[in-house]
Amino acid sequence: MGEVDTKGVVLLDFWVSPFGQRCRIALAEKGVEYEYREENLLGDKSPLLLESNPVYKKVPVLIHDGKPVCESLLIVQYIDEWWPHRAPLLPADPYARAHARFWADFIDKKVRPPYADASYVLWKLKGEGHSAAKEEFTGILKLLEGELGDKKYFAGDAFGFVDIALVPFVCWFYTYETYAGFSIEELTPKLVAWGKRCMERESVAKTLSDPHKVFEFVGVLKKRFGVE
Amino acid sequence: MDQPPSSVKLLGSWADSHTHRVQLALKLKGLEFEYQEEDFINPSPALLLHNPVYKKVPALLHGGRSIVESVVILQYIDETWTDNPIMPADPFERAVTRFWCHFTDDKLAPAVGLVFSSSGEGQKAAVDQVHENLKLLERELKDGAFKGRRFFGGDKIGLLDIVLGCGSYWLAVFEEVMEVKLIDPESFPVFHAWLRDFEEQQEVKETIPAIDRLLEYARGIRQMMLSLSNSSSSSSINNAAASSG
Repeated sequence: MGEVDTKGVVLLDFWVSPFGQRCRIALAEKGVEYEYREENLLGDKSPLLLESNPVYKKVPVLIHDGKPVCESLLIVQYIDEWWPHRAPLLPADPYARAHARFWADFIDKKVRPPYADASYVLWKLKGEGHSAAKEEFTGILKLLEGELGDKKYFAGDAFGFVDIALVPFVCWFYTYETYAGFSIEELTPKLVAWGKRCMERESVAKTLSDPHKVFEFVGVLKKRFGVE
Repeated sequence: MDQPPSSVKLLGSWADSHTHRVQLALKLKGLEFEYQEEDFINPSPALLLHNPVYKKVPALLHGGRSIVESVVILQYIDETWTDNPIMPADPFERAVTRFWCHFTDDKLAPAVGLVFSSSGEGQKAAVDQVHENLKLLERELKDGAFKGRRFFGGDKIGLLDIVLGCGSYWLAVFEEVMEVKLIDPESFPVFHAWLRDFEEQQEVKETIPAIDRLLEYARGIRQMMLSLSNSSSSSSINNAAASSG
């Protein structure tokens, strides 16, 4: 990844991207000033995006004094390591860090928005495929709730890496529920309560999208991809 | 902060590249450890206990706790035993290292696995994909983030060398078993030179199994897959092949 011509901190992002939102939350927690640049996921990618993420050509990309960092969880770790003194996002202890990295990686692999993977779309599938996807999804939520337990946040009392990895998907719950026909609150009440606690933080409240706007966006995607 | 080395145990499989990553890292750190061989088709109760989410090797047991996922384990090792660091100190360098580790497991390894588990047109497409991915790495070594370095980590083997290196031996093995060209030195001279240099390192020679064993193993799996090529059970073998790639 070569250097590009920008100064300061620039975030290439797309408004509803949960991956981009992870980065926005981390930057807000650290109080870092940055320039937000919107990419149009449904249109052409900007030359800057193609230049700064030639391998994946995806948002988010954080560009810090011309040096691009790609992949949302790597960006969050970079932010934590570059600005270590305020609001540490990863714990100090190596085992606790490993534990956090494991769960963030699990979330990254298993909790995806519909446009990220062709396969992981509850509403694209009918019949058998749909119920299998629903079962898999509920299994993942239950596992995450099991990991959270009765803690305030995933790492305990401090808001951190695993919370940041998962919380952007909270504004997708309404969409998942509507398409999959279940109540996430009934299924995993502790997880929903955790989501509400996170929303009390300014960094999260100012970043997450309105759930109804997310739902509308999925409607646009469905039309775009001809899914009924 | 150093821990008593005898408290380290690794659950692994002899032909699993992710296991080799951890073994190599432990060797580079000069750590003693106990090793328990696991059959990846029939995980032991210990493995199911220590990796309930994925039920796979490797699992590192230390001080009564378990750490899984090879790249997570490598960082844990580096942060617990801080001599001879395998991660760079600079945050940007660390991000670049982690990015290419992600690329290796997200793009390169699955493409290599697909070469092994497919045939005909599908295999040709997989081979092209491997070449595309190697081109990206070749470019970074030649002109990009790793320009002028002996190893990805600099003068010494680092985390990315370990991640890429433990798995790249499958390229040569699959070339022979599948009779395809994956890593020819004319197309990928810098990558090829790096891999040769990596495989010459003492700790690497002590970690990676003999090529004959790997060839025999790969031939065995390929036979099994071809004879079951139209049945649903081939998917679990694909997974096995992919996870060892």
